[in-house]
Order: sequence, then structure tokens, then C-alpha cells
Amino acid sequence: MKKLLLSLLIVPALAFASGAELHLDKAPDRAHDTAALQNGAKLFVNYCLGCHSASYMRYNRLQDIGLTDDQIRENLMFTADKVGEPMRIAMQRAEAKQWFGAAPPDLTVIARARASEFGSGPDWLYTYLRTFYRDDTRPTGWNNVVFANVGMPHALWELQGEQVMGADHELKLAKPGLLKPEDYDTQVADLVGFLKYMGEPVGEFRKKLGVVVLIALGLLFALSYALKREYWKDVH
Amino acid sequence: MAASNYEKFKSDGTLLGNVTEWMDARFPMTSMWKAHLSEYYAPKNFNFWYFFGSLALLVLVMQIVTGIFLVMHYKPDASLNASGVPVAFASVEYIMRDVPWGWMIRYLHSTGASAFFIVVYLHMFRGMLYGSYRQPRELLWIFGVMIYLALMAEAFAGYLLPWGQMSYWGAQVILNLFSAIPLVGNDLATWIRGDFVIGDATLNRMFSFHVIAIPLVLLGLVVAHVLALHEVGSNNPDGVEIKKKKDERGIPLDGIPFHPYYTVKDIVGVVAFLMVFSVIMFFMPEGGGYFLEYNNFVPADPMVTPPHIAPVWYFTPYYSLLRAVTYPLFGVDAKFWGVVAMGAGVVIFAFLPWLDRSPVKSIRYRGPVYKTLLAIWVVAFFILGFLGTKPPAYSFFGIIPGAPVAQLFAVYYFLFFFTMPVWSKIDKCQPEPDRVTFK
Repeated sequence: MKKLLLSLLIVPALAFASGAELHLDKAPDRAHDTAALQNGAKLFVNYCLGCHSASYMRYNRLQDIGLTDDQIRENLMFTADKVGEPMRIAMQRAEAKQWFGAAPPDLTVIARARASEFGSGPDWLYTYLRTFYRDDTRPTGWNNVVFANVGMPHALWELQGEQVMGADHELKLAKPGLLKPEDYDTQVADLVGFLKYMGEPVGEFRKKLGVVVLIALGLLFALSYALKREYWKDVH
Repeated sequence: MAASNYEKFKSDGTLLGNVTEWMDARFPMTSMWKAHLSEYYAPKNFNFWYFFGSLALLVLVMQIVTGIFLVMHYKPDASLNASGVPVAFASVEYIMRDVPWGWMIRYLHSTGASAFFIVVYLHMFRGMLYGSYRQPRELLWIFGVMIYLALMAEAFAGYLLPWGQMSYWGAQVILNLFSAIPLVGNDLATWIRGDFVIGDATLNRMFSFHVIAIPLVLLGLVVAHVLALHEVGSNNPDGVEIKKKKDERGIPLDGIPFHPYYTVKDIVGVVAFLMVFSVIMFFMPEGGGYFLEYNNFVPADPMVTPPHIAPVWYFTPYYSLLRAVTYPLFGVDAKFWGVVAMGAGVVIFAFLPWLDRSPVKSIRYRGPVYKTLLAIWVVAFFILGFLGTKPPAYSFFGIIPGAPVAQLFAVYYFLFFFTMPVWSKIDKCQPEPDRVTFK
């Protein structure tokens, strides 16, 4: 019996072995950094929301990251009238598909969708947004290391500058952008932090609530166990 | 008025007594309470493995209650909204964001689905450990297998509803299996889908199955399962019948009333289960991509086939059995025989009462052959399950190819059952005790 249970434990250990590798950089954690999340929101509406919707996300939900309705209205709303509206875009999907080959996906839950055995969704996004390079064979002139032959051009190129793929398969900065490479990484981390928040706005609250629930259940366990012992005293 | 043969409560003059007497004259309230709880005698030596029956009932209730609230906000509609997202997919995200506490109800339901299978698998394995399927519990066991089948259908239909990529393509793969049936297959598959491809018609009927048809069947079967159990009485870890040794009042010597003894004990089990459940639900609701698959956060797109389609973890052992069959037989495509293997892999449990010829029920008194073969069978189940989550080209550590390993264990999976009548009979068993023991 014990051997049987032991063997059950060993089997899942065999599971750690995988095929093709995709190396992803670890995305810095921004979950508790309100200023970074606000900066991420700013980057998102400025650089992404032109083509990508976030149609399950309402503007006024951004109160979660410390913004007031007025701040949201004045700084982040370019296409919507009311603060309770979802983050939609004006671009028609059929047209977008003609221009880019594929309609830009909605980004509300992209940080959850991009998770894989190689890393979390934020890791993928953090790597993706930093590995665009010039490629004249592509219609947009851009290609990407983690998303080969991507339809999207490098939307953040003015910040990062232009990278090229060297003969040694390493990226080199050929033309500097507005930001130094370290600063660009920080900005992308903020943006990815915001995308992660947007993927599950309730995420941080969920964990806090979980702690409370577990403490309550722990107390209940002690109580129910004492009750059981009391009743079972006379069973031999 | 016809005389009824069940015991009725006689009022002691108090209000509660009067109400009880009034009820009992019209409904078998007291007698049901006694028959199923306060005078249902269960063996006193239940161990850890005996928590999972009541836990399965708990999860069933939880799924029904959360399901009721989800249906209030979910929309089974495959058409695209203004942002180009299917309405069904968007309505799930609406529940996650805009419905107060909707995220919790949805996570309770999605985590509950996986929890249901974990609990049911452990409950079934308990039956295999202690021979709970043996005479006189054959029908009880068969009801259980039917519950398991209904549960699989329920889970399959439910998994289509979020209308993500895995929902869509998983359903595509599974519903296409019907087309493997010779002659009528293609028409049958079209009839089941309601369309030539998975579409709005499929989504709507799966919604109907998931919230009405299958739950009705499931509830009926659960009632039958519990009634059958209370008719024959519970087995126990020693596999001996407590009804053989009774006291002068006809109460089994090793039996204790289910209520209050097992109600208070099961409360402990429930709280412990809820703690484990909460750890997953509050801290890792995606279950590492196994409980909520990552690709299912991408809306269903009939034009984009994912590179790798894997069913949810609880189906993967059977998915491996399906893929293990690669030879056409009798002029019929291998796919058909794969479907047969997959179905047989589930249904074969129903035959256990007649395959097992051992003189003893419990693994405690069985010989080394059963213990060894069962242990290997469990390993086979896990390996098949693991390989079912991987593409067919997967190899362990990049050197041992997964496909032949899956075939090997698939053969073992069935051989275990097919040869059981032989080895279970000749295995060197120890004598069973007269009375139950605490171990």
C-alpha cells in the first residue's frame, strides 16, 4: 500500500522533459507598483489601443490602479465618451485584416493566453516587445524573435530604436531610439505589468481573499476536528 | 386509508412533535431520516479513502449552485460582437469582470470541474483497493460507472461553452470521432454537430445538454447510487460484511449510525477538502494550464487550428488510448478502433465485479500478484494521462519516444482487466478476519 502511494508520487516527476525550447526573459513584477501600472496604462492607450481593443475592460475599472474618473477621462480616453465604456477601437476588423494579414487581436486577456510551458504570459510579452528587428523581406519591414513573421510592425520603435539580426543570431541596436536600452526595458516592463493586471483585474484581490478564506477554514478545521473527536470517543 | 408499513412519529404534545406527526402521516419523513441517516449502520473502520463519496456529493451541489448563477449571465452565442469577439467568450469575461463576485463563481465552477474528477477518480480507486464492486454491490458499482460516463459527457459539453480555441478544437476532434463509425459515421457526426462544422448550433445544443439534460440524468443516477448503497450497506477497508455479525437487536456489531458519527467525520473531510480547493482556486485557478488551458483565453477561431490540441487533463488517459491504436483492422480505419479502445477503456470498469475472482475483497488480504499488477496499472493510468497532454511526437528526455510507450501501457491497461479472472483466482491471499480492524 505504501509502496503503491510512493510510486504514484514518482510518476509525475518523470513529466519534466520537453521538446523545442523557447527562451523567454522573466518579466519584472509590477503587481504592487501603482505608479508603474499607471505608466503601463498610459503606454497602452498611446501605443496599443490604436489597433488593439481591450473590449472586456471598462475605462473606469482603472480606479483599481489608483486613478480617479476625472484622471481617466482627461488622460486616457481618446475614443470613448463615457468612463463606463469598454476600451474599443474605431478600426474595422475587415480592413485591419487586409492591411496586416490578420486582424489585431483583442488584448484584454492576452497576458493569460500567452502563457506556455516556456514561461508565463507576461514573460512572453516582455520578450516579444523587446525582440523586434528590421527585416526587409517582411511587408512591414519588421520581424520578431519569439513571434516569427509577425504581422504587427514594431509599434514602440521610436522608443527602442531599430535592432538588426546579426550573423551570430544576436540582436544589435543599429539605430538608437528615444530611450536608453535599460529605460526601454523598464517601460516595456510597466506596459506588460499593466497587461497582466488587465488580464485579471481581480488577481491581487483574489490572493488576499484567499489568505483570509484559508485562515477561516483553518479555524473551522480545528473546530470540526474537535467535534469529531468528541463524538468518536466511545467508538472502539 | 391503506396501512403503511413504516414507523410513524407519535407526538409528545409539543409544537414540534405535532408538526412531525402531521408530516409523518403524509410523508415518510421520520422513516427516511432513520433509514438513511440515524439508523443507517456504516462500518466503524472507514479510513481516508472513504471521504470521497461525500466529497463528490459536495462538489456536485457546488457545481449545480454555481452553474445556476453562471447561466444568469452566460450567453451561448457564437456570433461576433462589435469588437469581433464571439458573444459567448465575451460573456465569460463579462462574468469575470462586471458581475459582482462573478469571478469567484466562475472559478468555483471551473476548479470544481477538475476537483470533481479528482474526487471521483479517488472514489473509484477506493473501490478497486477494497473490492467494493464485489457481490452484493455490483449494481451499486454499475450505477457509479454510469455516473462517471455522465460526468464525462457533462464535462465535455461544459468545456465547449467558454468558446475558446481549446473549447472549439477539442470539440472538433471529439465530435469528429463519430465520423469514424463505418457507413453512418459522417451523417451521424453532422447530426450531432447540427452543422457541417462546430458552430452556433453545436454551442446551443451543448449548452442545453450541459445545463438541463445531463444534470437531470446525473442527479437521477446519484439518487439510485445512494439508494443501492443503503440497500446493501457500505463495504469497508477489510472487505468483510458487517451484517454477518449482529447483536440481539439486529444491529451490526461493527456498525455505527451514519448520523452523527459519519456526518461529523465527513465535516472534517469537507473542511480539509475546501482548504486544498481554496489553495488552487485563490492562488492558481489556471492549475498550471491544466485546469484552465492557456489557449482557451484565445476566442474560438474556425480559421486557425492550434498547433497542438490537448483535451483537459481528466480525459487524457483515454485520449492516449484513442491515439494508441494505429492499425486498421477488418478493413475498417484505425481511428474507429481507437474510438472503440477509448470507449472500452471507460466501460470496462463496469465488468470488474465479474472479472475479479479473488476469494477476498480488500487489498489488505490479497496476494502479491494483485498488489503488483494494480500498482503498475496505476502507473500506466498516469503515464497514459501524461502522454495524452503531449503531442504524439513527444519523447521522454528527448530520447524515449512517447508513442510506443503509450501503446505499451495501453495494452497493459486492458490486459490488467482481461487477465484478471485468471490471476485474481490463483493469487496467494491471506485469510480475512471475522470482524473489522482499525489500521
